[in-house]
Amino acid sequence: MAAVPSPRQLAGIKAALFAACLLPLAFLIYGIVTDTLGANPIEALTRGLGDWTLRFLLLTLLITPLRRLTRRPWLIQLRRMLGLYAFFYAVLHMTSYVWLDQFFDWGEIAKDVVKRPFITAGFTAFLLLIPLAATSTNAMVRRLGGKRWRSLHRAVYAIAILGVLHYWWLVKKDITQPAIYAILLAVLLGMRVFWRLQETRRGTPAVRLQS
Amino acid sequence: MLIKRPADIHPSEITPEAIYRARRQFVGSAMAVAGLAGLGLSPFAVVAEGKLPGLRPGPFGTDEAKTPLKDVTSYNNFYEFGTDKSDPARNAGSLRTRPWTVAVDGLVKKPGTYDIDTLLKLAPLEERVYRLRCVEGWSMVIPWAGYPLNELIKRVEPLGSAKFVEFTTLHDPAQMPGQRSGVLDWPYVEGLRLDEAQHPLALLAFGLYGDVLPNQNGAPVRLVVPWKYGFKSAKSIVRIRFVEKEPVTTWMKAGPREYGFYSNVNPEVDHPRWSQGRERRIGEFFKRKTLMFNGYGDQVAQLYTGMDLRKNF
Repeated sequence: MAAVPSPRQLAGIKAALFAACLLPLAFLIYGIVTDTLGANPIEALTRGLGDWTLRFLLLTLLITPLRRLTRRPWLIQLRRMLGLYAFFYAVLHMTSYVWLDQFFDWGEIAKDVVKRPFITAGFTAFLLLIPLAATSTNAMVRRLGGKRWRSLHRAVYAIAILGVLHYWWLVKKDITQPAIYAILLAVLLGMRVFWRLQETRRGTPAVRLQS
Repeated sequence: MLIKRPADIHPSEITPEAIYRARRQFVGSAMAVAGLAGLGLSPFAVVAEGKLPGLRPGPFGTDEAKTPLKDVTSYNNFYEFGTDKSDPARNAGSLRTRPWTVAVDGLVKKPGTYDIDTLLKLAPLEERVYRLRCVEGWSMVIPWAGYPLNELIKRVEPLGSAKFVEFTTLHDPAQMPGQRSGVLDWPYVEGLRLDEAQHPLALLAFGLYGDVLPNQNGAPVRLVVPWKYGFKSAKSIVRIRFVEKEPVTTWMKAGPREYGFYSNVNPEVDHPRWSQGRERRIGEFFKRKTLMFNGYGDQVAQLYTGMDLRKNF
């Protein structure tokens, strides 16, 4: 059994992680201020924030396999922060699109959401993220009850798939980057399916006997 | 007493102007390369052999602000050097633009292979300040240097059967690292209807901002067709062929529902995946409305009279 960090160590780990998660934003802001994001800084910023939303989603989904494979159950205590950072970057990504890219042209935005499959996917993923962020507090977990909370938060699988589709459908021809995200996501989801199947194979007969 | 001294320098020892200018240029570029290398920078920008001589202002200009040279040369779609917009500036140093020839053949009376320096002097060079609209929704204003493509077309005398012109980009993965990936079906092929190619707006360009073309912008010779989306303007051209049938272009092969043969800038006809109604001019904060035929409707609309531009996208 791997070592479990003391409450003080855990607080330190969380503080460090919190700061580290702000670094991508700091780099993007630095790029804007120093005008080093290239000829099209608005595009670079929007894309950068989108990239990090997807990365944080995948990091969030990495926690469960990681704690299982490394036998470090305490890692679960970092998951909420990563999930909320995914939401944080999603909000910034959305803001950058609505404000800098479209400049609050709601008609144009509505048209985009309805007519452009990649925006439909991204927008749906964003909407689905909102209830998850809203129910992330301990109080909300208690209010909903563990079982209902867990089934609600399974929406994260759909969100991640929509996020990858959003990227895939945006790309003109070179799908290398979205394909990398798709493969990583497939591995993360595949492990869950594999474990679920294993459990079913071992567990189902017993359950059947009981019921 | 008068002592007659020989002239200090014998006439045969005087270096002709052309030679010493060439030497200075060589030393200059060598020093620039060394200087950049010393600074730890890649000397990709130092492919220019200086100002293009005898450049005269040409017609169809605009008084819109020109896009800064830095942006024109660092934000490029040129998949032969990579698919990221910063890739061409980084990777195009491996392109050798001399020696270079352009084969002009197909249905013409006078086919031939032109050396790039001959082609450059075929007609007087003009500076043409054109808008460039990319199919991705951004735009620039660029001062090109070149002459109407029709100057070349006139000289090769197309046959009556020639209806289209096909342009082929160099295919050499050793010089164009992007061609080592199969992202597009190489070589890059583009095409125009003959009357489009003959239009006075269609430019055979050799330079921008008064200098020879930087490699990442399609050196040593490219097409500029300002009323069509940027990808129609083939770069680093090695062959111009006159044909009877509409050429199948690279982007038509890559996405037949997304990229048509005509690809005229048209705010009414959206790309299946994004709107074409507006564009971001590089360097500007607010998007601007995209103009029909990129603002060249007065010049080119008559080419498409009676044609369904939605169907012929």
